[in-house]
Amino acid sequence: MTETKTVQVNRVYIKATPQAIWDAITKPEWTQKYGYSGLAEFDLKTGGKHRTKPTQEFIDAGFTSDLLDGEVLESDPPRKLVITWKLLMDPNLIAEPYTTLTYDIEETKTAGTRLTVTHDVTGAPGHAALVSGAMENVDAGPGENAGGGWAWVLSDLKSVLETGKNIVG
Amino acid sequence: MPGSPSPGTSRVPPNSLISTNTTPWREHGLTRDLLVTYSRRVPDDDLVFKALADPTRRGLLDRLFEHDGRTLTELESEVDMTRFGVMKHLKLLEEAGLVITRKEGREKLHFLNPVPIREIHDRWIDKYTERHVSALMELKSDLEREPPK
Repeated sequence: MTETKTVQVNRVYIKATPQAIWDAITKPEWTQKYGYSGLAEFDLKTGGKHRTKPTQEFIDAGFTSDLLDGEVLESDPPRKLVITWKLLMDPNLIAEPYTTLTYDIEETKTAGTRLTVTHDVTGAPGHAALVSGAMENVDAGPGENAGGGWAWVLSDLKSVLETGKNIVG
Repeated sequence: MPGSPSPGTSRVPPNSLISTNTTPWREHGLTRDLLVTYSRRVPDDDLVFKALADPTRRGLLDRLFEHDGRTLTELESEVDMTRFGVMKHLKLLEEAGLVITRKEGREKLHFLNPVPIREIHDRWIDKYTERHVSALMELKSDLEREPPK
């Protein structure tokens, strides 16, 4: 990528209820099942904190501290969640400002539930590269992949909610 | 599991139920067949492939990949096409779920949504041929890097 995106928008249609999707975003029993995994912990009120703790796999790989954290700016379950968000796995990422992440969960009449993730990564080029999937290596083995960013995470989330199985090995 | 459909539900509706050229809901009146309705409303593989099967639309996606969140006027200035033509192509991309628009103030901004391409990747590439394809892609880029003799 030659230029940093300031806002990234990703959208997926999932055959699941808004509540199931809300839970998959905010509850550790779900967040460990897809994408980068990790155990989410949310204090779901305005000004509340959130963080994602490492799973045993991360701890075994040497990541013993929180993987990411931030603050809840708006919580309207199961429709809308706005949080600040920063990855803590790398000093370069820690040095960047907090990004802002908005989850919009909308029920449609015929197409299941529409989940739109809007990520404002202004001033955070490291985060922008990572969540856009620019650092993905498709030939990497399990546990070696930097992952495909939001498109990868949401595709995996859809698969977990619809089939009970994820794509990421 | 909460929110999950019955076992055996396919992620991809059978192709026979998706018609790109006809309008079954008009021909047969309002149908309660969920798959037919689904195929019309959800940006599915057919719409994505169709949207990608045009060099202008691929070009517009490339412009958005380079720099997201652009107005129609900005996009129009970069392609050799009328405003109406660009609008028409953007509408198809939007219907396929590849472009998402957001209002910011008085402006309508266009964003690239990579998720449908990711789903096609997971469905068609991961499953069968990922390693072969990437080996061929490497060969292609190696060969193309060679200076012409």
